Amino acid sequence: MTQVPSDLKFSQTHEWVRLENDTATVGISDHAQDTLGDITFVELPKVGAQVKQSGESGVIESVKAASDLISPVSGVVASVNSALDSAPETINSDPYGAGWLYTVKLTDASEVNGLMDAAAYEKYLESE
Amino acid sequence: MRGLAPHILWKGAIYRALPSKKDLKILKILIMYIYKMKTTVLHSVHASLGAKMSPFGGYDMPIQYAGGIIAEHNAARSGAALFDTCHMGEFMLSGPSAAVDLDRLLSNDVANLAVGACRYGFLCNDGGGVIDDLITYRIAETEFMVVVNASGEDGDFNWIKERVSKDTTVENLSHATAKIDLQGPKSPKIAASLLKHPLNGLKYYRFMQNRYKDADIILSRTGYTGEIGFEIYCPAGIAAGFWNDCMNSGAVPAGLGARDILRLEMGYPLYGHELSADRNAAQSGFSHAISKNKPFIGSAKVLDSSLSNQSLTGISLDGRRTVHCGDTVMMDGKSVGTVTSGCFSPTQGRAIALAYIDKESVSIDKAVSVISGKNELTGKIAETPFYKKGTVRGDINLYL
Repeated sequence: MTQVPSDLKFSQTHEWVRLENDTATVGISDHAQDTLGDITFVELPKVGAQVKQSGESGVIESVKAASDLISPVSGVVASVNSALDSAPETINSDPYGAGWLYTVKLTDASEVNGLMDAAAYEKYLESE
Repeated sequence: MRGLAPHILWKGAIYRALPSKKDLKILKILIMYIYKMKTTVLHSVHASLGAKMSPFGGYDMPIQYAGGIIAEHNAARSGAALFDTCHMGEFMLSGPSAAVDLDRLLSNDVANLAVGACRYGFLCNDGGGVIDDLITYRIAETEFMVVVNASGEDGDFNWIKERVSKDTTVENLSHATAKIDLQGPKSPKIAASLLKHPLNGLKYYRFMQNRYKDADIILSRTGYTGEIGFEIYCPAGIAAGFWNDCMNSGAVPAGLGARDILRLEMGYPLYGHELSADRNAAQSGFSHAISKNKPFIGSAKVLDSSLSNQSLTGISLDGRRTVHCGDTVMMDGKSVGTVTSGCFSPTQGRAIALAYIDKESVSIDKAVSVISGKNELTGKIAETPFYKKGTVRGDINLYL
């Protein structure tokens, strides 16, 4: 059964956001990692780079597919999870924890309000 | 792997890589209808195991099961993996001229093949290109089984039938014959526990007649993974029972995704990628599959080395990022070849690839780069197999 933690917000492109003050942590959902299969490579944005909501912010490759990562929020990248360079499979095993991708210092915190909460995301998954 | 290409090459957002379940269902029915997709006798078994399916060689085939591709790959390398290969075609050729006919049709030697042995080779066209790669089994002095790729079944059958002597009969047994591959260091123990006759002493590229319950089967010590194991030919009706017995004995079902990684780690060719009708068979470098002792259809071109300006070469990438069929290989600022297959290799911890490279540029450990989309990925020319610890040639008695 797909995990959907109640404290996170979700994008239609299956990224999640955890908001702490004006900084957001970004990852991909359990559903996304499960559908992609074993993840073998990630390319993350550089610290200090500008990311835009709905803009490309990186690449995720699995044994089956290569997919662009779409940023769920806009802002400046504050940190990236460099442990994923050598162990991208962490995204499969712990998508909401150790498999986080990057953090963003938000330029517009109200963007997060446009994302789905857990209940809405679960409905969204069912409707897909 | 053709069946995977649309996904691998998909450069979309995650949501675009994840079509909705409803879309997928409709798309699948549509594809199966348009392409008259065939299914193997194990299709319902795959469904009950939750396999993700995709078209391959005209069949709806499992790409992976619930445990994932890397777990399936690991099962083949260190345990036992079970593959549905029923989509492959089996022909039986018999008659006093069958050996002579096959020697004329195939790149490998057939006349000196012992009963109980099998050999890998190519079916070539007049231009020396590869119509298909196949294994020939000498079942009896005047009886041979030829095992071909699914995509080549109809074409190969007609090609062969039109070119054999009048007294050679050619039968297509593909429909009645199921094929299951049981591969990995634990597979001899599993097979021995399910079959009537002992497997002691069975050598690489040898096969035996055996019995599973009341059915006669052929157990061949061959495969596509680089590990000790078997290709098993049995009546279609007992395939599901045999599959389930193997699983209950510890074999892990594995799909085409794992199969592709396993074969790439060994540098084995996949028809449609490393082998094709318009590339000279000699360029593959599989010299053991090409006889110099006899003429065969296409041999004049295959044995003319001036026609082979490229050779199949391994590339070991520096990073984990995958390169794809069709990507350009660069060396010292010049284009020197084209990638035919690429994947992330779990045993090497990096991406690997096979490529056709200009002969004069092939030099082990020489630095290359691969232009893959908007990226230029660095690596070096590498010997194959990439994975050198395979058990494929081991003494079977040590695994029983």
